[in-house]
Amino acid sequence: MKKTYKIDVDCAACADKMEVAANKTKGVKEASVNFMLLKMKVEFEDGADADAVMQEVRKNCKKVEDDCEIFL
Amino acid sequence: MTVNKKQKKNLARIIAAAAMTVALHFLPVTGAARFALYMAAYLIVGYDILIKAFQGIKNRQPLDESLLMAIATIGAIALALYEKSGNYTEAIAVMLFYQIGEWFQSYAVGKSRRNISELMDIAPDYANIEAENGQLEQVDPDDVEIGTVIVVQPGERVPIDGVVVDGSSSLNTAALTGESVPRDVAAGDEVISGCINLSGVLRVETTKEFGESTASKVLELIEEASSRKSRSENFITRFARVYTPAVVISALALALLPPLFLLLTGGAPMWETWVYRALTFLVISCPCALVVSIPLSFFAGIGGASRQGVLVKGSNYLELLSEVKTVVFDKTGTLTKGVFEVTAIHPERMDERQLLHLAAHVERYSKHPIANSLRAAYPDEADECAVEDVEEIAGHGVTARVNGDVVAVGNGKLMDKVGAVFQACEKHKDGTILHVAVNGEYAGHIVISDVVKPHSAQAIAALKKSGVRQTVMLTGDVKAVAERVAGELGLDQVYSELLPQDKVAKVEALLGQRASEKERLAFVGDGINDAPVLSRADIGVAMGAMGSDAAIEAADVVLMDDDPLKISTAVRISRKCLRIVKENIWFAIGVKLACLILGAFGVANMWFAIFADVGVMILAVLNAIRCMFNE
Repeated sequence: MKKTYKIDVDCAACADKMEVAANKTKGVKEASVNFMLLKMKVEFEDGADADAVMQEVRKNCKKVEDDCEIFL
Repeated sequence: MTVNKKQKKNLARIIAAAAMTVALHFLPVTGAARFALYMAAYLIVGYDILIKAFQGIKNRQPLDESLLMAIATIGAIALALYEKSGNYTEAIAVMLFYQIGEWFQSYAVGKSRRNISELMDIAPDYANIEAENGQLEQVDPDDVEIGTVIVVQPGERVPIDGVVVDGSSSLNTAALTGESVPRDVAAGDEVISGCINLSGVLRVETTKEFGESTASKVLELIEEASSRKSRSENFITRFARVYTPAVVISALALALLPPLFLLLTGGAPMWETWVYRALTFLVISCPCALVVSIPLSFFAGIGGASRQGVLVKGSNYLELLSEVKTVVFDKTGTLTKGVFEVTAIHPERMDERQLLHLAAHVERYSKHPIANSLRAAYPDEADECAVEDVEEIAGHGVTARVNGDVVAVGNGKLMDKVGAVFQACEKHKDGTILHVAVNGEYAGHIVISDVVKPHSAQAIAALKKSGVRQTVMLTGDVKAVAERVAGELGLDQVYSELLPQDKVAKVEALLGQRASEKERLAFVGDGINDAPVLSRADIGVAMGAMGSDAAIEAADVVLMDDDPLKISTAVRISRKCLRIVKENIWFAIGVKLACLILGAFGVANMWFAIFADVGVMILAVLNAIRCMFNE
């Protein structure tokens, strides 16, 4: 399952950090952040609860980049 | 100038801190008061960095850029206190320039984001439907079902693909094709979403849903495109991930190793000097200039290309396109029009017009493509002449009585059958020959052949000029035709009489012949039945794709109209974009390395480092934006 989320982040390097953090989150098969479009595309593991996983992704992203937001 | 709230606030902070610093320079305050005033300026411009640095520590992010900036500036203030120099300006300046850089980045990226989305703003957010009382009603295009009649008024964009049922107008297709000449449409013609209706009111019966319409598809494709990362982007991402740790480790080494070495060799350790140099390193530890300018270049390049009617489905394809050395063309529909036209008329005993006139009459009721081209060559076919007893003889041709004379139009076999003595055409060996006999007597022949597109030769020449080494044509057509076309257009190689599977084999052979993998091969076709070849080539280019989903699916690069010149436009845009990307990579890495070296030897101070770092970022971003503009 793939979903796209709108995000807000100020710098390109921070967007990359978010991508790394999202990929490390459990339940995420692959995540990619597009800084130019301010979008995060997440492919979930089979059977993962997307909403719950995204809460974790958001938390992990906030850890690496305090000033970011994922609109769930 | 449009700035958002956050940008406004940050700009105010930058100006306030800058003004305070300048004023303090002239104020004769000393001691604790001086320190307090300078600290106020420092906090105004840098408080968010300090907060972020603190958050970074809390979340165990050791190499957070904010933390490194905080260490560098607080370190500089500590040194000023330790040395009792009272020189706090440096720390403030570093913070100030850093913030200016961040502000500029946010402004420039936001601005180009908006510019490009304006370029791509081709799908209207409403459709007009005529209500029962005759009033127009605006509805969400997503809710319009297939087969609904929508009204497109002058000045509006067509929201959904469909067929005109009423009205005539001209359409501006520039947003989709880059073509500035308007296209005329009338009842019965297909219209494609994204075009602007210029003159008359059109009633359009929709043939697709909004989400499946061309404009929506194109938008989706461009959005998707910047997610497919190029090798340059992957390189930069990897570089950025190791850059910061590498700089921090070097800074640590610079602060510790030389003083320890000096101590051991009996000299003065000069701790302040080396710590200061190490802090200079931290100032340039952020890889921002690189990380922002490369995706921005590709984004702008893809946006700019779409403006010219060239859709590139990913940054990676833009990169491959710039490395193309061999372009392989399909003939029919790509270099030639793919429709047959009368190219020569050789009458025996009447004038050309008379011969064409007779032939067109005989073919009046035929659905054969050849009949269509005859009627196209003689548009006044529907005159008073009496056409009777039309008889189609399969594999031979057609006979009919025109004004009482029996006219036979067909191949040699038909001539033999009606007893006419004919000769094979000497001048035109290729193409289809239509012989004409009147009352069993030979009257002459008409040559029908495929014609090359007006820009084909120019396109080949332009490709050669932009550095493509080899141009090849593949065709299922007979050798004579293939060689004439290839000669006319100046192609290097031509392979004829190929079956579709032979085309794949030929492309594979050509792929095997090249000196290195880096010499990319592009295949250009019309996307209708060459999907296997399109996917086998390094880059598949489909042309004339406006409205054709199959072509859009199969190809990596899609040319919206069927003008072959667009191929060279696409190559040119890709080369320009990649040149800018390379410039930015070398320029930014070069300046950073130079700063590190100069900083290590104490030539560059903190002022210099931050100035160079922010400067290189601004220049790289401005350079990246150039990708959007193509003449």
